[in-house]
Amino acid sequence: MRLLKYRLTKRQLDVLKNRQELIKAGISRRDLLKLGLMTSTGLLVEGLSVSRAFAQTNTTVSRSTSQSCGTRGSSLCVISPPIQPFLDLLPTPRDGTWRIQTPIALSPAPTVAPNTAAGEGRTIAHQAFTQFPPQKFYGITQKAGALSITSDPTIAPQNLWGFAIGTPEQNNPINVPGPLYVEHYNVPILVRNYNRLPPEGQNGGFGKPSVTTHLHNGHTPSESDGNPCNYFEIGQFYDQHYPNVYAGINSTHPGTGDIREALHTLWYHDHRVDFTAQNTYKGLAGMYLLFNDKDTGDELTGFHLPSFPQYDIPMVFNDKVIDPSTGQIFFDLFNLDGVLGDRFLVNGKVQPVLHVSPRRYRFRWLNTGPSRFYQFFLTDLTNLSANNTFWQISTDGNLLDKPYQVSSSRVSVSERVDVIVDFTGKAGKTFYIENRLVQSDGQGPSGGLFAAGQGDRLLKIVVDGPVVNDNSQNPANITAFYGFPNTTDAVRATRTFVFQNRGDWEINEKIFACDDIRFRVLRNSNEKWTIQNEGRSWHHPAHIHFEEFQTLSINGQAPATSPLVQKGRKDVARLESRDTHVVYFRFRDFVGRYPIHCHNVVHEDHAMMAHWEIVDTGADTNPRP
Amino acid sequence: MIKISRRAWLGMAGAAAAAGVVGLPPLQREGRAAPLPPRELIRLRNFPNVVLTTHEGEQVRFYDDLIKGKFVTINMMYSTCKATCPLTTANLVRVQKLLADRVGRDLFMYSITLDPKQDTPEVLNAYAKTFGVGKGWKFLTGKPEDIERLRRRLGFAWANQEMDKNKDFHTGNLRYGNEPLMLWGAVPGMAEPEWVSECILFADWPQNLQKDRQLIAQAKSRRASAAERAAPMTPMTRDHEHH
Repeated sequence: MRLLKYRLTKRQLDVLKNRQELIKAGISRRDLLKLGLMTSTGLLVEGLSVSRAFAQTNTTVSRSTSQSCGTRGSSLCVISPPIQPFLDLLPTPRDGTWRIQTPIALSPAPTVAPNTAAGEGRTIAHQAFTQFPPQKFYGITQKAGALSITSDPTIAPQNLWGFAIGTPEQNNPINVPGPLYVEHYNVPILVRNYNRLPPEGQNGGFGKPSVTTHLHNGHTPSESDGNPCNYFEIGQFYDQHYPNVYAGINSTHPGTGDIREALHTLWYHDHRVDFTAQNTYKGLAGMYLLFNDKDTGDELTGFHLPSFPQYDIPMVFNDKVIDPSTGQIFFDLFNLDGVLGDRFLVNGKVQPVLHVSPRRYRFRWLNTGPSRFYQFFLTDLTNLSANNTFWQISTDGNLLDKPYQVSSSRVSVSERVDVIVDFTGKAGKTFYIENRLVQSDGQGPSGGLFAAGQGDRLLKIVVDGPVVNDNSQNPANITAFYGFPNTTDAVRATRTFVFQNRGDWEINEKIFACDDIRFRVLRNSNEKWTIQNEGRSWHHPAHIHFEEFQTLSINGQAPATSPLVQKGRKDVARLESRDTHVVYFRFRDFVGRYPIHCHNVVHEDHAMMAHWEIVDTGADTNPRP
Repeated sequence: MIKISRRAWLGMAGAAAAAGVVGLPPLQREGRAAPLPPRELIRLRNFPNVVLTTHEGEQVRFYDDLIKGKFVTINMMYSTCKATCPLTTANLVRVQKLLADRVGRDLFMYSITLDPKQDTPEVLNAYAKTFGVGKGWKFLTGKPEDIERLRRRLGFAWANQEMDKNKDFHTGNLRYGNEPLMLWGAVPGMAEPEWVSECILFADWPQNLQKDRQLIAQAKSRRASAAERAAPMTPMTRDHEHH
């Protein structure tokens, strides 16, 4: 580290003056020394470290920052201005501040074959439309709009891309996150997705107005999956048919599907090949909940999980940088490692506040990236040594075999975790959802945790609501949800996928191309995959479309349930440093093309992806496709 | 909770910029004037206007002459590179042929050397000739410190320090972009040439959308029907350590 000894620029002199202000603000000289902000002789170190250290100290908004700030890789040194936290209420579906999608009549009526003449961008006929005729129809319009992300008056409304409910003609405002889908198993739906984004050249610096919306976790026919290569352009629409059926319906469990395949917490996001990171960062993501006769949304029935929407609160986490030069969100276009933000949003607001009653709540946590991993703890600042446990009931979209009591949950990009938090007896207290996972660049977390209270407080939870009935089941008394399907049925193929960096992002030494189908899986067959991270530096949340896998082992060990829950059915294998996951799949019911890819969306956009296809003839057993 | 005032924050962010970190543009550093348009910010942050020399001996400014107003591709290479570079260059020659009438007319290809000391304009000229590089594709060299600045600002860089020191890890990706449209992406330069071409055209002027689709469809069908294309591309041997 070069020290700045004699020639101080005016700017650096200003920083020296600011030292007094920093000290007044509560940062001690010792802190400055420790952070490398100042040398032992009282001089400031050169700018690189100044800003980096600054970003690390700025706990009003980011402790575990974000920026390696010009010191490593290609990261630009763009640091958000301070934003006052905990000013805004968390938008929720319980009070309508997070809008729920509502059905409409579609004109022209949806067709099985692509309605090219009417401007549909779809090129493949619906394969299951006749078998599962849609009972509800939705319109959703992707367009630009300005939204407030905070009541801090120094931060202007943000120019985002979002999803508006209904048709373009309805001209509804955009939502970021997108409107919430509240759906039920065995009620098939059709969503008409309209692209009305502004033309090229009007993207505010990043984003491509060409889109494809992926329903992440859906047991969805390929043509409705939102495949990265099925993008459509401005002025076009695309009909997506979601059967909302359990896997197995056309195979192992004809007519009903296997309820053990039930998914409950899904999400949707733009998946445009090469531009997913930019477009999702710009706002094109939302959530999709699926209920059934067990997970009913009514705590008086089924598994007696807290009722939706009053006590069942979905939470979308992401991080952004606000460009101080424009006051608008900034995307580091040329970074290949992964992009971190230094400001944290939950349901579209910077570090919001949630008021709860002293009872049980279900929180559904989703990390939409682009590149940060989180480890969520519940922190009580007045008692930092307390172990505030909660119950994890799911991994990704799937309920676990039973609830597990945990102190924290780790959520990499695109992973979901549903938890039950019990605020009974906590009236008058305040808790924070705190991310304590240390991560300083887009590669992945370093592995360390901040001490309680030293991480980033993302959401403030105040237990000041009225005392109300709690008819939900105590998770300690829930001994079983659906149970897991067996993993012992014979497999037709065993394949290995190595996620690697060879100067570019690759899987199995090969490079993605839309038309390159790397392997073919026989419909209604079982396979065992080994998914490996060759790298030490980079972590890769490996996502496989269409089918939930069951984790058989991680690094040779049976998946744990403590301290982190690794057991269960998932659609993302969170590959941390050098990890090897062995997973078991059943590929059932539908045919067509799907990807496996890294969900650090910056890696995904630069080819860490492979296409495969479910087929009836021509399936292979290529062990390393 | 520690709070830092806006003044302190401005001072510190400014210090970072003063120390040569890619940070705030000068106007904002001084805390005056209206926000700069995003295109201008991308220029300030990502496209230093350094003087480079082409393989044909021409002096050019990186932003003014090569990027401003243009639809381009950018990759990095060096002439003595044994692994990825020759294969990538050969692949990009195929791409150049696929995009035939565009390159040099309204699409420009740039290959910047990672070894400016060795790669003089003469060396790069010989290299370009060896590979049969056509018009509209410039190989560029310059002062080592300017090249290093370009490398980092264009993101031919990794956070992993050990890898970042190895030139071979900077030759894998091809940037494509359209400066006025603020559309920037990247694709591995060793991907199938039809796919590389398709990706490049993601940043094309929107009025060319239909033509581009036809071009790619034709390229794919030619490939599918061409018997001589049956031999797959030689798998690369790259002895990189993995990180």
